[in-house]
Amino acid sequence: MNKSDQPPPSEITSRATFERRREFMRLAAGAIASLGLPTAQGKESLAAKPATAYSTTEAPTPYAHVTGYNNFYEFGSDKEDPARYASALRSRPWSITLDGLVKRPRTLAIEDVQRLAAMEERVYRLRCVEGWSMVVPWIGFPLSVLLKQVEPMTDAKYVSFESAVQPDVMPGVRRKLLDWPYQEGLRLDEAMHPLALLVFGLYGEVLPKQNGAPLRLAVPWKYGFKSAKSIVRIRFTDRQPNTSWVTAGPTEYGFYSNVNPEVDHPRWSQAKERRLGEILKRPTLMFNGYAEQVGQLYTGMDLRRFF
Amino acid sequence: MTDRGVGVAKTILFLLSLGPLAYYAWSFQQDSLGANPIEALTRGMGDWTLRFLLLTLAVTPLRKLAGLPWLGRLRRMLGLFTFFYASLHLATYLWFDQFFDWPAIAKDILKRPFITAGVTAYCLLLPLAATSFNAAIRRLGARRWRELHRTIYAIGIIAIVHFWWMVKIDTREPLIYGLVLAALLGIRIWWREQERRRQEAGAYGRNMAARVITITPRR
Repeated sequence: MNKSDQPPPSEITSRATFERRREFMRLAAGAIASLGLPTAQGKESLAAKPATAYSTTEAPTPYAHVTGYNNFYEFGSDKEDPARYASALRSRPWSITLDGLVKRPRTLAIEDVQRLAAMEERVYRLRCVEGWSMVVPWIGFPLSVLLKQVEPMTDAKYVSFESAVQPDVMPGVRRKLLDWPYQEGLRLDEAMHPLALLVFGLYGEVLPKQNGAPLRLAVPWKYGFKSAKSIVRIRFTDRQPNTSWVTAGPTEYGFYSNVNPEVDHPRWSQAKERRLGEILKRPTLMFNGYAEQVGQLYTGMDLRRFF
Repeated sequence: MTDRGVGVAKTILFLLSLGPLAYYAWSFQQDSLGANPIEALTRGMGDWTLRFLLLTLAVTPLRKLAGLPWLGRLRRMLGLFTFFYASLHLATYLWFDQFFDWPAIAKDILKRPFITAGVTAYCLLLPLAATSFNAAIRRLGARRWRELHRTIYAIGIIAIVHFWWMVKIDTREPLIYGLVLAALLGIRIWWREQERRRQEAGAYGRNMAARVITITPRR
C-alpha cells in the first residue's frame, strides 16, 4: 500500500473518542426519544439526573394529559383553561422574595434560584382533592435548599407561599373565583422534608406555564392544591398562615390536606381515585403512598381534626 | 300544522336528540374526550339531562307565546329524552365511578347531599316516564295525570341543586341553568296569577251583577 494513501496519524480518530461519540449518539437519541414531541416543537429542555430513590416506578401519565388537564384557578376553573390561557403569563423576568422570621431576608432572581442545587428528576404521584390522580416526572431540587438560604429564625414554625397575580392575563383572577393572590402554606418541618420539591420543569423540559412556571412546589403526600404554582413570595411565620382554599371553604378544605382515604371531603368520598388514563377507580393510599417517609411528621395528631 | 308535518318534526327532533349521545359515543371511541374521558362522559350526560329538562319545560311557554299549538305535541318526546339522558348519567356513575359496588353506592347516596339530590330527582322521574303513554293518561284521568306530571317542576329545582352542590367553587354554570329554570317557572307562576285575578274579577263582576239584580226590585 502506498504510504500517501493513508491518512496522517493526526486525522485518525482514536478508539476512545470513537466510542465516546457512539455513547453520545446513543444518549442523545435516547434523550430525544424520551422527550418526544416537546423537543420536536423546540421547547426549552432542562437537564436533570434521575433521583430513583425518591421516584415511583409507576408509568408517568402521558405528557399531553400532564400539560392539558390542570387546576390553575387564576386562569379559570375548567381543566382545559390553564392550557388555553396560561401562555400569556409573563414568566420572565421573575424574582422571588423570602422574608418574615428569617435572619437574611432576600429577593432572588429565578436564574439565581435555579443555580442553587443540581436538578433532579423525581417521578411523583399527584392526587387531586377532586378524586383524580396522575404520575409526573418533575424536575427540581428539595425546597429546603432554598429555605435554608435565608436562615429561618427559631420561632419560624410555618411558611406561606404566594402565587403571582397578573389580572390582565388571568381570567380567573378577574372573576374573583378565590381570594387572590393564591396563598398556600406548610408547617416548616413539612417544607423541610426531603420529599417537598421545588419544581422548575417536567418531562425533561422547562416547566410549561399551565403547570405553574417558572417555579412551583410538588408536595406529593398532600392534595394537589397544596403545591403552589408560579410562586413570587415565601414568608416565614410563627402562626399557621391563611390559605386560599381554607378561606373559600373552611369546612371542606383544611390546612394540612394530607391525602387520606379515611377522611372524606364533606361532599365526596376520598377512598378512591381515578388515575388519568384508567377507566375504573383505584384505592387511594394513605399520604398518597408516602406514609413511610412522612408518617412521622404527624405522630399523635388526630388527622380527622387536622384534615 | 298538519299531522304529517308534526310527524316529520317529530322524526327530525328524534334524530337531533340522539346527537349528543352519538357525539359522546364517537368521541369516547376516538379517545378525544380529553385526559379524563369518564368524567367528561358523566358530566356530558348530566348536562344534556338538564338541557332536555329545560327544553321540555320551554315547550308550553313557547307554544303560547309563539302561537304554535302543534309544538305541544313534541313535549312528550323531549320529556322522554330527559329520562333517557338521566338514565345514561346515572349508569356512568354506577358503572365507572362505583363499578356496581352497591354498599358503597348506598353509603354515597345517604352521605353525599349532591348524590342524594341527584338520585331523588331520578326517582321522581321514574313515575313520569312510566306514565308517558296514552293508555296511562286515560287510566289516570287527565286531571290526575297532569297533577302527577307537575312533579317535573320540583325535579328541575332538585337537578339544579344537585349541580350546585357538586361544583367546587365556580357556580357560574349551575347559576345559568338555574336562571333559565327560574324564568320558565316564573312565567307559569305569572300566568297562574293572571288567571286567578281574571277569575276573581269575573266572580266579582258576577256578584255585583247579582247584587244589582237583588237590589233592583226594592226600588
